[in-house]
Amino acid sequence: MNATTARRSAAVEGPSAREEAALSASSPTRAAATRRARRRQQLTAWAFLAPIAVYLVVFYAYPLYTNLDLSFRDYTLRSFISGDAEWAGLDNYRQILADKTFVTALWNTFVFTGLSLLFQYCLGLALAVFFYRRFPLSTTLRALFLVPWLLPLLVSASTWAWMLNSESGVVNAGLTAIGLDPIYWLTSPDWSLVAVLITNIWIGIPFNLVLLYAGLQSIPTELYEASSIDGAGRWRTFWSITFPLLRPVSAITLLLGLVYTLKVFDIIWVMTRGGPGDSSTTLAIWSYRLGFGGGSPQLSPAAAVANVLILIAFAFGLLYVRAQRKALNQ
Amino acid sequence: MNRTRKLGTTIVGIVLTAIMLFPLYWMINVSLTPRDKLRADPPPIFPLHPTFDGYSQVLHQQFPYLGTSLIIGLGTVLLTLVISAPAGYALALLRPAGGSVLNFILLIAQMIPGIIMAMGFYILFNKWGALDSIPGLIVADSTLAVPFGVLIFTAFMMGVPRELVQAASIDGAGAWRTFRSIVLPMSRNSMVSVSLFTFLWSWSDFLFASTLNRGGDHQPITIGIFRYIGNNTQDWNAIMATAVVASVPAAVLLVLAQRYVAAGVTAGALKD
Repeated sequence: MNATTARRSAAVEGPSAREEAALSASSPTRAAATRRARRRQQLTAWAFLAPIAVYLVVFYAYPLYTNLDLSFRDYTLRSFISGDAEWAGLDNYRQILADKTFVTALWNTFVFTGLSLLFQYCLGLALAVFFYRRFPLSTTLRALFLVPWLLPLLVSASTWAWMLNSESGVVNAGLTAIGLDPIYWLTSPDWSLVAVLITNIWIGIPFNLVLLYAGLQSIPTELYEASSIDGAGRWRTFWSITFPLLRPVSAITLLLGLVYTLKVFDIIWVMTRGGPGDSSTTLAIWSYRLGFGGGSPQLSPAAAVANVLILIAFAFGLLYVRAQRKALNQ
Repeated sequence: MNRTRKLGTTIVGIVLTAIMLFPLYWMINVSLTPRDKLRADPPPIFPLHPTFDGYSQVLHQQFPYLGTSLIIGLGTVLLTLVISAPAGYALALLRPAGGSVLNFILLIAQMIPGIIMAMGFYILFNKWGALDSIPGLIVADSTLAVPFGVLIFTAFMMGVPRELVQAASIDGAGAWRTFRSIVLPMSRNSMVSVSLFTFLWSWSDFLFASTLNRGGDHQPITIGIFRYIGNNTQDWNAIMATAVVASVPAAVLLVLAQRYVAAGVTAGALKD
C-alpha cells in the first residue's frame, strides 16, 4: 500500500510541471499581473501547507535532531532531571563499536532482513501468480490473506510465541506427531532467530502478495496470449514474460520490505526480547534494550545505535526512491 | 480452464488460506480452552468444551486499556486528518513551489525507524512534561500516519476535475471555500481510508506506548497484553482472549476495506 501511494506521489509532479510551463508562456504585457497572481497563489498554497510544515519541523525534524544530539552527549539519570548532559563527542559511537553485541546485532539484522525478504518475496510472488488465475472464491480468499497484515503486531507475536512454546506449543506437538524431536524455538540460541524469522515472514507475505498481484495486473494480457500461441508452457511464460516485466514492481516491493524489516521491533521484543543472550538481537532491539530494556537506561549509546540503523535505512531508502522513479519512467 | 480444474484450484486456494490463517484459528481456539487443558499434550485441536473465562477476565481487567486505546486512536485520526487533508489539497491543486521537495521529505519520513522517533520524543516529552500522557501518545502515533495521509489525499485530490475547481473560483469562491465545499466532500472515500488505517496503526502501536507511556495511569491495550504476558504466563486463554478482542478493529477494517480501501488505495494506484 505504501508503495502504491508513494508511486502516486511521485506522479503528482507530472501534470503540475506541465501547467507551470504553460503559465510562464503567457504574453509579456500581462507578465506583471501574472506574477502578482502567482505570488498570491503561492501564499494561499503555503497557507494550506503551513500545518504540515510546522508539524514536520516540530514532530519529525526536532526529535531526529534531539536523537542525534543525544548520541553525542553523556545523558545520565541526573540529566533526565536537570535537562542538560555533558558533551561526549564520539565516545558513544566508540563504545558501541567496541561492544561485542555490535557485530552480533549487525549480523542478525542482515540475516533477519535478508531471509525475511527472500521468503516473503518468493512466497508472495507464488501466491500472486496463483491468485492471478481467477477461480471461484479467489477474491474472497485473497482478502482473507490480508488479515495477518492488519492485525496488531503484538497480537501476532504473542500468538506465535504460544504456538512455538517448547512444552505446550502446537508446533512442537505437530513435530512430535510426525516423529521429529521437539525444538526449543524461543529458548535455544540456535533457534530463536529462526522463530522470529518465521513469524516475520508470515506477517510480510500479504504485503508482498498485494503489491505483486497489482503488478501482475498491469502486464498486458496480449503478451500472454501471444506466448500461448507460440506454444510456450506456463513455466516458460513465467520466466520470459511475467518475471522480467514485473522487475520494477519487484524492486519497489523488495526495497520497501527492506526498509520496513530493518525497523522490526515488536515481534522480536515480544517473542524473545532479543535473547537468549544476544542470539536474536538486531540493531533495533539492541537500541531499545539499551535505552528502555530495564536496568539503568543508557540513552546515549542507545541513540548511537539507532543512528547507525537510520544510516542503513536511508541508504536503502534512496535506492528505493531511485527504483521508483525508474519504474515510473517506464 | 474447465470446470473441474477450476474447482481443483479453488480447493488448493482454500487449503493455502487455511494454512495462512491457522495462527488466527489457534488464537481463538486457545482463548476458549479451559485452563487445565492449556498444558495438555497434545493440545486440544478443537474447542470442544469452550470456556469464556478468558473473556470475562478480559472484560474485568483489560477494559480500561481498551478505552484508552480507543481515545488515542480517535485523537490520532483527528490530528492526522487536520494536518494532512489541507496539505494534500495544496499539493494536488494549488501548485506550491517546493511541492516536490515536500513530497520527497514525506517519502523519506516514512522510512525512519520508530525506535529513533521514540528516543527523540522521549527526551522532548520529558522536557515538555508530556510523558505518560494521552496527548503525547496521540502526537507520537500520528507520525506513523501523517506522511501516508498526505500521499493518499494528494493522489485522490488530483482526481478532482479541474473544471469544477475553476468554476468555483470564477464564482468567487476562495481557496478555503473550494477546499471545504467541493474538494473535501468529493474526497470522502480517501478520508475514510486514511482514518481507518490511521486508527489501526495507532491502535496497534506498541513501541511508542512502551517508551513514552511506561508508568502512566492510562495505558493502551498493547501494553495491557504485554503486561499480561509478563505477569501471567499461566492464563494463556486470557492472553489470547485479549488478543482476539484487540484484533476486532482489524476485522472491522477488513470488512469496510473491501469498499473503501479498494476505492481509495487501488484506484489509479498503478494507472497514472
